[in-house]
Order: sequence, then structure tokens, then C-alpha cells
Amino acid sequence: MSRTWRNRLFQAAMLLCMLVAFGTLAVLLVDTILTGWPAIQWKLFSDPPSTLPEEAGARPAILATLYLGLIVLVLSVPIGVLTAIYLEEYADRERWWNRLIEVNIQNLAAVPAIVYGILGLAFIVRGIGVGRVVLAGGLILTLVVLPTVVVASREAIRSVPDSIRQGAFALGATKWQVVWRQVLPAAIPGIATGSILALSRAVGETAPLIMVGAITYVAFDPELFGPYTALPVQIYNWTRQPDVDFQTLAAAGAIVLLGIVLSMNAVAIFLRNRYRRQW
Amino acid sequence: MEAPRIDSGRIAEVSRGLDRSEIERREKVFSVSDLTVSYSGKTALEGVTLDVHENTVTAFIGPSGCGKSTFIRCFNRMNDLIPGARVAGTVLYHGEDLYGRDVDAVEIRRRIGMVFQKPNPFPKSIYDNVAFGPRVLGMKGSLDERVEGALQSAALWDEVKDRLKDGALGLSGGQQQRLCIARALAVEPDVILMDEPASALDPISTTRIEDLMHELKREYTIVIVTHNMQQAARVADMTAFFSVVVEEDGSGRRGILVEYDATTKIFTTPADKRTEDYVTGRFG
Repeated sequence: MSRTWRNRLFQAAMLLCMLVAFGTLAVLLVDTILTGWPAIQWKLFSDPPSTLPEEAGARPAILATLYLGLIVLVLSVPIGVLTAIYLEEYADRERWWNRLIEVNIQNLAAVPAIVYGILGLAFIVRGIGVGRVVLAGGLILTLVVLPTVVVASREAIRSVPDSIRQGAFALGATKWQVVWRQVLPAAIPGIATGSILALSRAVGETAPLIMVGAITYVAFDPELFGPYTALPVQIYNWTRQPDVDFQTLAAAGAIVLLGIVLSMNAVAIFLRNRYRRQW
Repeated sequence: MEAPRIDSGRIAEVSRGLDRSEIERREKVFSVSDLTVSYSGKTALEGVTLDVHENTVTAFIGPSGCGKSTFIRCFNRMNDLIPGARVAGTVLYHGEDLYGRDVDAVEIRRRIGMVFQKPNPFPKSIYDNVAFGPRVLGMKGSLDERVEGALQSAALWDEVKDRLKDGALGLSGGQQQRLCIARALAVEPDVILMDEPASALDPISTTRIEDLMHELKREYTIVIVTHNMQQAARVADMTAFFSVVVEEDGSGRRGILVEYDATTKIFTTPADKRTEDYVTGRFG
């Protein structure tokens, strides 16, 4: 077989692989949009769920998902970024406990979300007795994405060249000033991108929320310490209904969720391009 | 055997340096004795003793790996930032032990500025680069005046005065390095350390930096590391030649100070054969 042919063969193989991945995604997307489009109406956003498909909306679920996202953002970003700063800038790698924390964070990022759900049920819902409320769901999702935020923030901090730190130290800046005024601002684009991607994973999670009591029928707006449902749980519930109109609603819910996730990813991409920096 | 002669054509200009007795009448800024630096137990530089005098340019020359960059980082305690680095011996700064118990490395670095081999402006505006030092140190007085003064001293003001808010990374390499010098000057240091400041620059930018050193030594004490002998000959009053000693068992290499004297002497009539071989280009 000639070299030219081998070249063409591999190109064709790669194209095929790309088509399988991308084609599947495209079919799914088109099918969901076609199925759900009739149900994308104002009542989907304004009305609570109902046993009658023509009256059902997803307002409590959408609101709760936004609340959950907000809780995750507010908790995971400061904790994750400070952890990353500690590990990158302060921790002495010679010490065994710092290496232990590092290895643990890497592993935690790979733990299935349902395990966090079980942990949350035992520890947060029953242990400290928070109950099956929005806050408990937010705390669990924070735990789910925290390792990802830490890992992304560490990458961003590590990509700030050492010459910047040295330049700042040489001017008589303290360690805190170097980190706070030079390293962190330079790392913000990477941290923001990583955090938003982690957040969009959090709002799509279903399994841990079912464990910590996101119930499927909530007819009122969620409160921090009140019962709640979330958009993925609501979608899951609708798909289990026999009435075909509920399938349409489920598809519409999926479109809304996709919209939320894709717009967050768009913000992440925008931030990355806007603040991309050449050293 | 005939005494080796030095080809004076190789060194363009050695006449600007002061003579040794005049230099030694000036106050000692640094007094180093028996300094040894090691990284994770491996000796990088051993047994260095020398004095640096006020308002002079002192150059450290020598082949790669001779420890000259390691040495210059002892003067502002930048070696503290490298895990595993250990400094033994004494460095007196105006008679005070730099490595004393109650000496704050952060305060030392405020008074002893540093310019690095590769220009390292912060990814901020030109103005913010120069203002960073005064800001973190909480210096009083008009920041605008301080920034302008520092940029003028670094001979950069005329080129950047209309675009102070522009990003510093958009400047040319030579301008970036002068910005780094301005940044160091803005905190009103006593000494400026320069670690191969022109090695990444083109010849014209290099000349400008060298001219700047002649200007700056009126107000500051300058210590420069360079691998460019001509540069040392052109800018320095005193020159220290460092060399590498390879352990006989091959376990490592360490730097030593071979000779330290007035630049004119080092480049015309060095006392040590190794210095002579180096400056005449027979070695290194």
C-alpha cells in the first residue's frame, strides 16, 4: 500500500470518528428540539407543574436550578480558589500532608456524583439535620464540583510565569501582595472558565439531588430552607409519565436546561478569548 | 618564556572605569565574606569574599554555571524563594548582616532592587507596572510624579508618555527592560542588581541600557551579572571573575571567585592565569 493511500485512509477514519461523535449529538439535539418545541411557551416558565399536561409548567424547577447554581457559585469558587492558592503558592511539597491533599483532590474529581449524594444524605440532610431543602442540594453540588474548581484554578495559577512572581518580590512586595495583586489577576480568566464549566456540570446533575430529596412534584416557588425540585429531576419525572404530552414537556425542559448550560459555556468561552494573554 | 600579551583590540573600551584606590575610598555597600550557597545540599558557589562600593558599577563575569547569578541573588535574598537553597557565610549591607535573625527579606528587597535577564513586565499597563512598587509599599506623595520620574530616569518617558495606559506587553523587548528598570527605580532603592539585563536584547537596546548604567551609578550602586565581557569592560568599575571547578570524582561542579579587581586591571593585566585565558578568549 502506498504512503499516499495510507494517508488518505487515516484521514477518512478520523473523519468517520468525528462524524459518529458529532452526528450522534446533532441527531439528539435536533430530535429534542423538534419534540419539545410546541411546549416552549410562556407557561413553561410561569406555571408550576400539574397533573394535566396542558396546564403544567416548570417554574419551581427552573427557579430551584438557578438557586442551586447560585449557591454552588458562591460556595465553590471562593473555597476552590483559596485551596488552589494554598496548594500552588504556599504548600511545601516536601510535607506528606500536602501531597496527601493533592492526591485526594485528584481522586475526588473522579468520584461518581451519586456517592456524593449518599454522603450528603447521611451527613448533611440527616447528620447536621439540614433536611431535604434547597441549601442541602446546593451543598452537595458544591462538593461534587469543588475538586474540578480546585484543579482548574491550580492550572490557571500554575500558568502564571514565575518571572511575574519574582518581579513583584524584587520590588519588596509581600507574599500576600504578590499572590493577590499579580498572580490572582493574571489567573482570573482560567479560573473563571474552569469555574463556569464546573457550574454547568452542577446544574445538569440529577443523581445526587434525588438522593438528597429534590422531590418531583413541587407546586410552589423554592426557598433556601424549603423543599424543592430541580430541572433535571423535573425532566426525569415527566419522561416517566405515560401521557405523550408529558414527553413533549420533558423535551421542552431539556431545551431550557440546554439553553442554561450552553449560555454559561458561551460566557466561559467569551472570558477565555477576551482575556487570553501571551507571555 | 615570553609573558602572554593581551590583544587590546578585543576589548573595545576599558578606560571608563575608575582606578581601584579611588573605588576603595568609597563606602562599602556590601561586604561579603566566605559565602557559600548550596541547593538541596549541592554546592553551587563556594567561599566568595569581596566588597561592593557605593556609586560604582560592579560586574560579575565568568562561564556558564560559575555561580554568578546565584551570587547576585544573595544580595536581595531572592535565593530564599528557592526551596532547598542554603546560604552560609556573611553578607553585610552597610555593616548590617543581611541574613541576620531579625532582618526582613521583604524590606531588604525594597532597598535593593533587581532587574532580570528576561524582561518581565507585569501584564498590566505601563503606568501600573511602575506604580506597582510604590502602591504595595504604601509610599506617600504623588504617584503620577513618581511614575514620571522613574520613567525619565530609565530614559523611557519620551517614548511612552502618550500611552501610559497601554499594556506593557506591547512594548519592544528593549523598552520592556527599561520599563523594568523604571519599575525598580520607582521604589527609590539604594542598590540595583542586574542579572544579565541585556542578554535578551538587540545591540541598540543593549547600548541604551549600558548608557543608562553610566547615568544611574551617580545615584545608585549597581551590580551586574553579564556573560558579555565587552559589556563588563564598557560599564564596570570593578569586575569579579568567577570560574567553575569540577569535582574530581565527577560528583558536581561549583563556582569560585578567581579574581576581583578594577576592571582596567582585569582586562589588561590580570593576576591569575585563568582570568587571562578567559578574557583573551582562550577559554569559556
